[in-house]
Amino acid sequence: MFEIFGIPSAALFGQLLIGLINGSFYALLSLGLAVIFGMLNIINFTHGAQYMLGALTAYLLLKWLGLGYWEALIVAPIVVGAIGIVIERVFLQWLYKLDHLYGLLLTFGLALIIEGVGRNYFGSAGLPYTLPESLRGGQNLGFMFLPNYRVWVIVASLTVCLGTWFIIERTKVGAYLRAATENPTLVRAFGINVPRMITLTYGFGVALAAFAGVMAAPIYNVSPNMGSELIIVVFAVVVIGGMGSILGAIVTGFALGIIEGLTKVFFPEASNTVIFVIMAIVLLVRPAGMFGRRA
Amino acid sequence: MRKILGLAALAAALVCGTANAQQQINVKIGVLTDMSSLYADNTGIGSVIAAKMAADEFMKSHPNFKVEVVSGDHQNKADVGVQIANQWIDVDHVDMIADVPNSGVALAITQVAAQKNKVFMASGPASSDLTGPKCNGNMVHWTYDTWMLANGTGKAIVKTGGDTWFFLTSDYAFGHALERDTAAVVTANGGKVLGAVRHPINTSDFSSFLLQAQASKAKIIGLANAGGDTINSIKQGAEFGIVKGGQKFAGLLVFASDINALGLDIAQGLIFTETFYWDLNDQTRAWTKRWHAERKDDNKVPTMNQAGVYSGTLHYLKAVAAVGSAADGKAVVAKMKQLPAEDEVYGKSTVRQDGRVLHPAYLFEVKKPSESKYKHDFYHLRVTIPADEAFRPLKEGNCPLVSG
Amino acid sequence: MERVVDPTTQKGSALRAQSQTIAFVVMTVALVIAPFVTYPLFVMQALCFALFACAFNLLIGYVGLMSFGHALYFGWASYISAHAAKVWGLPPELAILVGTVTAAVLGLIAGSLAIRRQGIYFAMITLALAQMMYFVALRAKFTGGEDGIQAVPRGTLLGLFDLRNDMTMYVLVLVVFLGGMLVIHRIIHSPFGEVLKAIRENETRAISLGYKTDNYKLLAFVLSATLAGVAGATKAILLQIASLTDVNWPMSGEVVLMSLVGGLGTIFGPVVGSFVILAMQYKLAFMGEWVLVIQGVIFVACVLLFRRGIVGEIAHRLHIKL
Repeated sequence: MFEIFGIPSAALFGQLLIGLINGSFYALLSLGLAVIFGMLNIINFTHGAQYMLGALTAYLLLKWLGLGYWEALIVAPIVVGAIGIVIERVFLQWLYKLDHLYGLLLTFGLALIIEGVGRNYFGSAGLPYTLPESLRGGQNLGFMFLPNYRVWVIVASLTVCLGTWFIIERTKVGAYLRAATENPTLVRAFGINVPRMITLTYGFGVALAAFAGVMAAPIYNVSPNMGSELIIVVFAVVVIGGMGSILGAIVTGFALGIIEGLTKVFFPEASNTVIFVIMAIVLLVRPAGMFGRRA
Repeated sequence: MRKILGLAALAAALVCGTANAQQQINVKIGVLTDMSSLYADNTGIGSVIAAKMAADEFMKSHPNFKVEVVSGDHQNKADVGVQIANQWIDVDHVDMIADVPNSGVALAITQVAAQKNKVFMASGPASSDLTGPKCNGNMVHWTYDTWMLANGTGKAIVKTGGDTWFFLTSDYAFGHALERDTAAVVTANGGKVLGAVRHPINTSDFSSFLLQAQASKAKIIGLANAGGDTINSIKQGAEFGIVKGGQKFAGLLVFASDINALGLDIAQGLIFTETFYWDLNDQTRAWTKRWHAERKDDNKVPTMNQAGVYSGTLHYLKAVAAVGSAADGKAVVAKMKQLPAEDEVYGKSTVRQDGRVLHPAYLFEVKKPSESKYKHDFYHLRVTIPADEAFRPLKEGNCPLVSG
Repeated sequence: MERVVDPTTQKGSALRAQSQTIAFVVMTVALVIAPFVTYPLFVMQALCFALFACAFNLLIGYVGLMSFGHALYFGWASYISAHAAKVWGLPPELAILVGTVTAAVLGLIAGSLAIRRQGIYFAMITLALAQMMYFVALRAKFTGGEDGIQAVPRGTLLGLFDLRNDMTMYVLVLVVFLGGMLVIHRIIHSPFGEVLKAIRENETRAISLGYKTDNYKLLAFVLSATLAGVAGATKAILLQIASLTDVNWPMSGEVVLMSLVGGLGTIFGPVVGSFVILAMQYKLAFMGEWVLVIQGVIFVACVLLFRRGIVGEIAHRLHIKL
């Protein structure tokens, strides 16, 4: 076993693997945000709260209906996605003609409401949710113990991310959506129901956040505050990747996971701040983000 | 004959007259707590209820008392806390401020109490500085402090064989202090600290830090963090098979509400120190039943801080009765230090010269799910630490009130 | 596409100038009477935040730049001022000065980095820089970390006035606040202010007219940061505390809320907004975390229905500029 910068290589590989896994989680979370901004020009600050709603729904499904993790993975995103659609119809549709910043302020307000109400009914210490039986335990890889659940996280995230990217960039539906963002009037003239597409896209982005929430529930503390802790980091990921770019969000998510992982080994206290340093640097050098389309 | 009866009647009237002239004593108590963030479950509404229970009980046995309880959320912000406290004292005539979780806010409130000569009954914060360099004659520190946590947990664990430690520390003053105090106790008792890793507060993912802890092969992983960080460390620890791999977690700041949040499946085997447990004896059980009746939420379980609010408030009111009024904070606190305290939740306690309240501490271990027979049946009691050993010796605190 | 700030109609500049002067006089009179009718400590705290919100509003209303990291200047000025008063033993006027200078320097550094971008990217850079400085504050020894700097002495102003008396302190805070408002007024109604408005309306045209717009924007940024610093430094002496809350991003968010509620782009809007939001926090403190829910509802309501804010709405109805 050789050492790199004083850390034994085994430990380093372990941390890199963890970093990759966390990166896949960030990618999943930022994907929803990137879809919403890229397609709708809305800066969805409620994303953290919607992620939390996903986890909360999983908990409630178990508590009230006895539905376990696997069912929750499908049901929760649909439920929360539906809530997202309601939000879009009631609140967001009035803001499309305004400056982006209003969208951000409104969604910030919505996040405060959702989290506050959640805290009132569920407290803030957290709610119990455990790993599904089939995914417990792990493999001893020699240089580290790899929980099975984490393997599932990386597989599921990659699948969903690539699937979404494929739908948006390579299919007809995705093409309509992209066209609608560039020139909604023209696309409407072709007979395509643009407002409905927008509503469904927002719902889809929200469902992605909720899906990430269900994935998080067994390993992260399920509490009404769980979203607000992550939202800032996710924002930074999307901004670095380029706000309109799906691929950017995915790649940056993974990259950030790895960088954060390395920071946790060499300078753990700074691991929360390294993302902001990178964001500042990227924005100064490449103003639209790494893969962004709009300056 | 008539004359004697007349005189007797007059005498009786005079006696009754003075009895009715016994003054009504008005006391206003402000429960300054955290209702919206990480301490909301171990203090919050439960604390307000505890204060009201104490007030109602006292008013029953002392009909000449009128005790009013108000509450406020400091949102873990020192300036919000200070502003509420000032407003309560200056405008609303509050006499005693109770609870105040979050040591930073508490340190600010203790100043306010000293400046305005009111009473601060600190049952929420952990910092042992409150009865150390920052002590004053207007406050009493109930429930617990960092010294007790470090010594209780650290010493007891080392003595039962957990002699190699690795710390997972929150990277801020409180976390560092907890790590430092516990490490000192561990080494003083023959144990060894193999290493530590400092993580930012409010970290969601601990996998990287847990890997480092696993690699250290320490028998005990000390969690010098609090709230969500502790919960996440333990939850992910279960995922990574820490406990199954033979290591144990030592929680340095864990509350019953955290165990409730984690569930026994994940929290089993966790060792930590608290000064109250709802199921400890018949009196605590009876009290908890009454608390639940007010709380109206069967899923919540009362914590030592909430019990501390009840206990401290009762003792405060007792002291006010002995002094005759709540106006002079210093006088009331001095009386609190003179009188012995006794109640259902803490049993017998004494208040020391530096404001430190002494009661026994208990080392608990969380039960396995199979061992839990009924709702909230969480702990095994492993060690009882007597009151005079549980807290820092008077002379070691550097409290200006203590001469010598 | 509607701009963030909505210019109101005007009936000739004479009337416009008068409406603002009248409003200023009314405000001053109200503030002079205030400590005798309400709790002075509350009014003083509201004034500090009002100045902070006005500083933020200067940037968004008159330059068109939304900063998400204004807590950086407020908070660090607060820390340095607290440290200066407590550890270096400086009298309050010097402590506040030192705090203000700190904010100005930080504003210069941050501004020169952030100015290069616009819109949401500008906002995100300011946020990133603020978060980095939050991290520094968390770890630096002198800030006291989670506990903050406590027991900051009020001190004696100019060696003559003991600031421990709340009324004397009130005079200082009022003077600082009115001074800040006058500075802002001066900035807006000056040739410099006119250029800023031009830049906000159409930057390319301003550049083509020969103005070095980056320098103007940077100067405006530094002025905004400095005023935020004055507010922070004064607050530290007032409440005798400087803590992490002052540098954290929810604080930046709160100032946005205050400006939004009061009226983005109006001079008096942030003042009203500050009083409203703080009053809500204290009067409703007993409601626990419903306060945050209510704040959320206000955000939503303001953005959807009430975009001009309280003062903006009044100004619009009366066809004046406030």
